[in-house]
Amino acid sequence: MLRLSDALAPVHVRLTSRAALAVAAMVFVGSSAMAAAGSAHDSVVTILIRWAPLLLTGFLFNLLISVLSMAVGTLAGIPLGMMQLSPLRPVSRLGYYLTQFFRNAPWLVLLFICVMLLPFEFRVAGLRIPFPDWVKAVVGFSLPAMANVSEILRGAVLSVPTGQWESAESLGFNRRQTMFQIILPQCIKRMLPPWMNLYSLITMSTVTASVVGVSEMLTMTAQVHAAEGSRPELLAPLYSFAMLCFFVYAYPIGKWTEYLERKYQVKD
Amino acid sequence: MTQPDRGFVSLRDVHKTFAVHKVINGISLDVARGETICIIGPSGSGKSTLIRCINALVPVDQGSIHLDGIEVNTPKLDKLALRRRVGIVFQQYNLFPHKTALENIMMAPITVLKQDRAEVEARARALLKKVRLEGKEGAYPGELSGGQQQRVAIARSLAMRPDVMLFDEVTAALDPETKKDVLTTIQDLARDGMTCLVVTHEMGFAREVSNRVYFTEGGLIVEHAPPAEFFSNPQDPRTREFLSQVL
Repeated sequence: MLRLSDALAPVHVRLTSRAALAVAAMVFVGSSAMAAAGSAHDSVVTILIRWAPLLLTGFLFNLLISVLSMAVGTLAGIPLGMMQLSPLRPVSRLGYYLTQFFRNAPWLVLLFICVMLLPFEFRVAGLRIPFPDWVKAVVGFSLPAMANVSEILRGAVLSVPTGQWESAESLGFNRRQTMFQIILPQCIKRMLPPWMNLYSLITMSTVTASVVGVSEMLTMTAQVHAAEGSRPELLAPLYSFAMLCFFVYAYPIGKWTEYLERKYQVKD
Repeated sequence: MTQPDRGFVSLRDVHKTFAVHKVINGISLDVARGETICIIGPSGSGKSTLIRCINALVPVDQGSIHLDGIEVNTPKLDKLALRRRVGIVFQQYNLFPHKTALENIMMAPITVLKQDRAEVEARARALLKKVRLEGKEGAYPGELSGGQQQRVAIARSLAMRPDVMLFDEVTAALDPETKKDVLTTIQDLARDGMTCLVVTHEMGFAREVSNRVYFTEGGLIVEHAPPAEFFSNPQDPRTREFLSQVL
């Protein structure tokens, strides 16, 4: 039974994602048609085609920020999670407080702090290293990503049965060897679904970088709308296009996450 | 200072309390080198805790534990020196699921004892053969039956070349057919002269294989005797009652 459903899962994912895409496309086309009806201006489709390269460049910026934030957040979150698990109390406390601090801070506030407080360039040994807003945004999103990865790691390590620690200890492994050779390798597949989930959330939140002036998709959409005379009937199609881009990108990731969650649940 | 005549493994007046629950209440026992003893008794009588005290997985509150002259109950204990001499096998196998059977056996000698990889691998293959699992070198624990996993776990402990083996209800989670293979493996070990402490519910095994049977209840050893005597003529009423229930 399990094997059968496992085999069918990808097919099922493909079918539902197609259905969902169709719905999203219908909303988009419908709103475009409404906007086009009885208008002396360029049609919505023409406008979208004209601006699509610019809008998609903005979207690529969102993806770049999300990927970099997740990379930095993961690289920083893993050591932070290890700190939380340290047997040394001061270290574990520090790891815990840092994690809790950034996990419970609103992402937009962290973003503001980073963009406002970080300098626009660094000088290292006479060398000017520019520090543009979008890089500050990466730092801003990396902080909550780091704290969440730290928690994901902690949860995964604690979910490994205590018998694994017991048998490793009995065989003479020290804590470090046990962690790196026995516990962490088992954590990777446990961490993957929540990690991907976090990535989707980060991706969605990258549009908040528009508030601080990063030229990502939401900023671009607003500028295109202004360039086309801020016609109200263009609001729906333009912003629907932005939504569609995110949807097309994030939905398969979400479906894949669900699939992995189910797969690993069965096997453990 | 001359040591009193102690066994190879020797416990004196060991006490252990978890929170408010007294699990071990003053246990003493001696096992000679090459001897096999079985510890039987009702659930919750402290058997598993007792066996975990011997390799310092569970620290004791009071009393002394010696293993070939190594004092276990001391803060100065060199845990690695102790653990390379004591193997332990658990009820739930606890194999490393991300490693193959062969890798499970090879890991500790390579990582912990820093032994030569080729030499360890040859030994690991020989051990798999010894526990009758030739051909399963590349199998992951998830692909093996409970009995096979348990025999890999025994081989994994033996790879450290211990002097003493501890078995904690190693057949309790197995079905009757696979149980036999595991018990045979332990019996072979005992016959080869390994010092074995076996916590078990298998009365047939205790009767046939052990040199001495210990009966525990309420964190105490109520009675101990050679198996023939223990099973045919139990002295304590609690032992008699327990035996009448399980036999």
